[in-house]
Amino acid sequence: MLDKIILAILVSSIAFFSVYITTPFLIKGLEKRNLTVKDYNRIGGAMVPRPGGPSILVGILASELTLSIFYPTTEILAILITTSLAFVVGLIDDRKVLGGWFKPVALAISAVPIILLGTYNPHLSFPLFGFVRIPELYIALVIFMIPVTGNTINSIDVLNGVASGFMTIASFALSVSLFIIHNYEIALASLPLGFVSLAFYKYHKFPSKIFPGDSGALTLGAMYGVIAIVGHVEIIAAVALLPAVINSFLFLSSVKRIIEHRQIKSNPVTHTADFKLMATTDKNAPITLVRLILAGGPMTEKQIGFVIFRLASFSAVLAIITAFMMDVKI
Amino acid sequence: MKGIQIFLFIFVMWILIIVGGGLLVSIIAPMTISGYGKLDPILDSGVKALIAMILVVVWIFTLSKIKNWIFNKYIKN
Repeated sequence: MLDKIILAILVSSIAFFSVYITTPFLIKGLEKRNLTVKDYNRIGGAMVPRPGGPSILVGILASELTLSIFYPTTEILAILITTSLAFVVGLIDDRKVLGGWFKPVALAISAVPIILLGTYNPHLSFPLFGFVRIPELYIALVIFMIPVTGNTINSIDVLNGVASGFMTIASFALSVSLFIIHNYEIALASLPLGFVSLAFYKYHKFPSKIFPGDSGALTLGAMYGVIAIVGHVEIIAAVALLPAVINSFLFLSSVKRIIEHRQIKSNPVTHTADFKLMATTDKNAPITLVRLILAGGPMTEKQIGFVIFRLASFSAVLAIITAFMMDVKI
Repeated sequence: MKGIQIFLFIFVMWILIIVGGGLLVSIIAPMTISGYGKLDPILDSGVKALIAMILVVVWIFTLSKIKNWIFNKYIKN
């Protein structure tokens, strides 16, 4: 057990410090090449470098490759390949304006290595009741899951620090759950996701010094999805992600089709005179999690972020309870 | 606390996931279709997949109704 604890500290440190050290260089590089976007929620509309995906990927690759020296498993290989492919998809979307269907289809293709490497178990485990064996259906679930987790995290990346902060909470809940169900190898492989997100949050929190972009958000979301599959914790992972799922559900049920955020004509949020955020009165604007939070009254960007983190923490607790319930059968 | 309705919605979703899982494991999974020879496994999987998909549609419909009920005042805003 001591060797696993030492390895956990090692991979967590590599993941954290890789991102912590490389991100300032990335910020400078992006500023130098004028790769910045306007932060509309900040007074004066500051220009913020984007994307932060490359430093996130560096952290993931460095830590997972180190782990694979000690545990050369196909599961870690699947995490590395699918996460890297999702990063490429995101990077293409960061550089070029593509249709709403590009990301789901490209991310579905990114999931193929999981199937080819055979790193899945076609059992879907539920708390209290046991599991169902769904060999054919599970392959469809694998293909479906990576686009869902990738786009879910991408859709919540609307305010300073929210995507990275949310991912930190959700992925640590997933790691704790994996330890609870005694899946130690995948628990170790999941730790870099939390520490990479935490290190990136340092630069992404309000006021952001860098935005993750699609390459960052899709990398984090896809890695979360792969860990859920190879760790056989699909239901637990879904529970930890519920606030982001609600955001996607509200958005899709109000716009009734798959579209890019940039295609939305009516913004769900506007500004007050003192530059707080408030819910729009425009009936054509989509319903989102942020709009619902703001229905209680105007708030600052930082305050909304903390409400989302409280929701994420609540879901994280439910996910950990679900992990304990996996061993209980009725 | 701000957004108490959203906490409630998350809790309802969690309960729906557990109940849905229970239905799947306890009722749908043990069902078997026989008497059609070689077609038995295909029919068995097909019918179960169809029921699972119907359940997902019912789940989303239920969720949508609960969403409207919980956020009624907010959505009107």
